[in-house]
Amino acid sequence: MSKIAIVGVGQTACTRSKIDTFEEMVFEAASRALADAGAEVGDIDNVVTVSNDFWDGRTISSMAVQEAAGSWGKDVSTVEGDGTFGALYGMMRILSGSFDTTLVVSHMKGSESIMNLITNAMFDPIYQRGLGIDATSAAALQARSYMTMSGATEEDFARVSVKNHGNAKSNPYAQLPMKITVGDVMASRKIAEPLKLLDCSPIGDGAAAMVLSNKKGLKRFKKDPVWIKGVAHCSDAFTLGYRDLAKSRALKEAAKKAYKMAGIKNPLKDLDVAEVYDAYSYMELMWYEGLGFAPEGKGYELIRENATGMKGELPVNPSGGVISSHPVFVAGMLRLIEATLQVRGEAGKRQVKGAKTALAHGINGPCGQAHCVYVVGA
Amino acid sequence: MTDWKDKVENMVYTGRIKVPYLWNVGKTGSRFLVAIRDKKEIWGTRCPGCKRVYVPPVKSCGECFVPTEEWVKVSDKGVLESFTVVHYSHEMQPRKAPLAYGLIKLDGADGAILHLIDDTDFAKLKTGMKVKAVFAEQREGTIADIKHFTPA
Repeated sequence: MSKIAIVGVGQTACTRSKIDTFEEMVFEAASRALADAGAEVGDIDNVVTVSNDFWDGRTISSMAVQEAAGSWGKDVSTVEGDGTFGALYGMMRILSGSFDTTLVVSHMKGSESIMNLITNAMFDPIYQRGLGIDATSAAALQARSYMTMSGATEEDFARVSVKNHGNAKSNPYAQLPMKITVGDVMASRKIAEPLKLLDCSPIGDGAAAMVLSNKKGLKRFKKDPVWIKGVAHCSDAFTLGYRDLAKSRALKEAAKKAYKMAGIKNPLKDLDVAEVYDAYSYMELMWYEGLGFAPEGKGYELIRENATGMKGELPVNPSGGVISSHPVFVAGMLRLIEATLQVRGEAGKRQVKGAKTALAHGINGPCGQAHCVYVVGA
Repeated sequence: MTDWKDKVENMVYTGRIKVPYLWNVGKTGSRFLVAIRDKKEIWGTRCPGCKRVYVPPVKSCGECFVPTEEWVKVSDKGVLESFTVVHYSHEMQPRKAPLAYGLIKLDGADGAILHLIDDTDFAKLKTGMKVKAVFAEQREGTIADIKHFTPA
């Protein structure tokens, strides 16, 4: 595969109930990504937007944010799914040979609708939707399945929440920076057992954008490239009940392929930092296993030993993760942006010293049905 | 210097989207729902490749990508593989909180079926416990013809 670089990244702060419209948020993120790249909109050959009609409350939502992404007179297409999948498609547009540069933008205003109703509509309308299941109650079923398989405890989940909300204090874009204790998480309001309020990511608004380029396009940009060294995605069964919820076969497969491409043999040692999609606290432990940081059923050992803390062997989610800011669909792109900033040495107070190789991870579908894994490096 | 944006009253527009749909269940799904409605029987389909019995039934196996045409009657009892007690209420839920969901592996099926758990003390729910289907008295050919599952 010819190499694709990330040359510009931009994000808005994540907040609850932003006054800005979709278009205003996208313009802010896209402008920042272009400024970061040292580029003008004319340096962009094609645009990929990431959006979802149900969340946006409009049909063909992809068309509405195009001008904010600078797409007048350009080739533009859309991915309905997490931003990591949008970035992957942005890469593919370049790899097709038709373009040298792509701007990928994603946006979400979770505050303008009701998350539970929207995510209820993600389930099969005949057998599951009418039962009232939604993203959070489904995640709770997965959390319990995972506890049964692994022996991980609710306190282990709480440790993830404590670590990531604490990390968010060093991220000026994060929605919920908090210094909390395991006791605080355990005492927080029951949402869907075993998940409590502080095990769940917040509803939030935000936008993100990135500029991708091949080698030929690099001369248009001022920023040093961060190279995508490996990327892969994989999906598993849609229907809850047809899939082993406690083990992520799709993540294992995606990680295996991305690591092979990037020459990663021992992820815990070869990676310097990882950003994973912890929409709910327990997910981070499951993804440790899927990503090969820990053997199956042993993800909790890493959090108990603080191996994934800022000073641990492999810091995970120095940004604060998805549990601290969850603009749906944007959140995976934020992982990739944070990985880029870390490799550049531009992550400010949350910088992992000397980080050269970073992992970013996004999910799509109920309970992490599909996974997208990136390895990036300077 | 004052910014004009600090002085603007923000307007919020409330939408009223209501978009009705109807979904054809298909022949395979309809046979499943009719058996519950008319006979209180739960049927699945078996994959000729991996031998997995899918409940609700599928017309093709996602694993093996082959048609699954063999019908298998499964039990209305099974094992509670996972559950959650939900403490919030929204209008898409058929019951007020607290309500419980379970993933139930029916005897004779592979994988699990998602459904409500009720008529029990939620504090006593445990993974691995035996549960059974409670059928609705008035059955109309929907998944709600199984009212919920309850400890057997």
